Amino acid sequence: MELVQTLVNGVLLGGLYGLIGLGLSINFGIMRLVHLAHGELVVLGAYFLVVGLVPLGLPPLVAAAVVVPAMFVVGWALQRFIIQRALGRGVLPPLIVTFGLSMVMQNALLLWMTADARTLHTPLASAGAPLGGITVPLIRLVDFGVGLSCLAALLVLLGRTALGRALRATSDDPETARTMGIDTARMFAVAGGIAAALGGVAGMLLAATSTFYPSTGSEVLLIAFEVVVVGGLGSITGTFVGGILLAVAQLLGARFLGPSYALVAGHMVFLLVLLFRPQGLMPRTAPG
Amino acid sequence: MSGPLLRVDALDAFHGQLQALRGVSFELAAGEALAVIGANGAGKTTLFRAIAGLHRAAGGAVVFDGEPLGGLPAHRIVRRGIALVPEGRRIFPSLSVDENLRVAEDRHRRRGRGQSRRWSRERVYQLFPDLREAAGRPGTRLSGGQQQMLAIGRALLCEPRLLLCDEVSLGLSPVVVRDLYRALGRIRGEGVTLVFVEQDVARGLAFSDHVVCLHRGTVRLAGRSPARSLEEVRRAYFG
Repeated sequence: MELVQTLVNGVLLGGLYGLIGLGLSINFGIMRLVHLAHGELVVLGAYFLVVGLVPLGLPPLVAAAVVVPAMFVVGWALQRFIIQRALGRGVLPPLIVTFGLSMVMQNALLLWMTADARTLHTPLASAGAPLGGITVPLIRLVDFGVGLSCLAALLVLLGRTALGRALRATSDDPETARTMGIDTARMFAVAGGIAAALGGVAGMLLAATSTFYPSTGSEVLLIAFEVVVVGGLGSITGTFVGGILLAVAQLLGARFLGPSYALVAGHMVFLLVLLFRPQGLMPRTAPG
Repeated sequence: MSGPLLRVDALDAFHGQLQALRGVSFELAAGEALAVIGANGAGKTTLFRAIAGLHRAAGGAVVFDGEPLGGLPAHRIVRRGIALVPEGRRIFPSLSVDENLRVAEDRHRRRGRGQSRRWSRERVYQLFPDLREAAGRPGTRLSGGQQQMLAIGRALLCEPRLLLCDEVSLGLSPVVVRDLYRALGRIRGEGVTLVFVEQDVARGLAFSDHVVCLHRGTVRLAGRSPARSLEEVRRAYFG
């Protein structure tokens, strides 16, 4: 029963991990960009919710309705005005630029928010629903539900809409996309906005699921990285599955090897995938 | 409309240190077809890319319908009415055949200036029935000839007044090539002006009103196609 409980916890937490990976996956899939500041964007969403909106007494859903578009604008502007300038000049410039963004954001948060631990106080955090001998933690159920909804929304957006077709064409072959009349810089900015908005959603869930600090972004980025690589570069469904795998591995490690082994167990899965299936679980083929 | 639809004037272009186009000039009236003939490395693809806005020219001008295109980005040039069928077809691999067409149609469905749409996916499917049967398949699963049809269909959905076709028949069987030229004939019948690259000199001459032979980035020979003999063109081809 304990094993089942751990698996359930892991799968549900995997929804959040998958969501954390989705933003990075979009950046990589469409811009071929390794966005080293994605973790900070997630944490920024968390701070925005906990420090900026909750004290105003806004209900969570209303607050989310503010955070998501605000983060879209942040991601859009970063891509349009900063990252775009570094693209198309080789591998290194975008890495340096996003690394710099990560440093700036992390230290700005430290300056303005101090290093204090924060969390979103919600009755959901400690609530659980009994289900046939195990307890389903409600907050993680929310993590999973929201993560899965974001994945579904993204699949519909990319697979069924004109914007999605243009984004995929841009990802496939930016030059030919331009000759079709697609303003690829604009598409990149939209993709950057979508990725940051997803990061904002992940940040809000992170705030409700655990404590966070200005430095949490680095841990988040590491999770995002492993999730994306495990899942298969460029596949968003794979990213989500990768999130579940990583979370299950972490919780199994923590449960059976000891709490300090959680991260190690996750890294082990990451290394095993790199060793035996370096293309990831679901390498990119078609949309999704 | 007076004056040529397309005027290329003393166009220079470089690939790094290498000069790919040297003062290339020609004109083309609306509704006519121009065959661009030349060996590999003669500058044909660079010329097309420069007209379409993918390659920034170092000097000279491209004037379309009386307006200079200098420096316009490719996505704006296609809105003016110049569509490119690129070398190698460049089908979007993660999009199905139908989506490859839709991605072009999406952008050009709404036309300004009261222009009506001439092309639809339905009309492209009528022109190339093979594509209709393969509509749901990934675009890159098609045969070479079908990919060329898809690339042409996709370009038509950009509602071009000028269609640039780089390497119409490269690597395709004679039957497929014949079908493609039949389709290009119908496209011309719609009033679309055509500039195309053809390695088969006889076919290029037969299908065009004008011919331009490029050799190492310069125009070696230009004129009305019927007035040029195969022999003349072949000499220009090999320099």
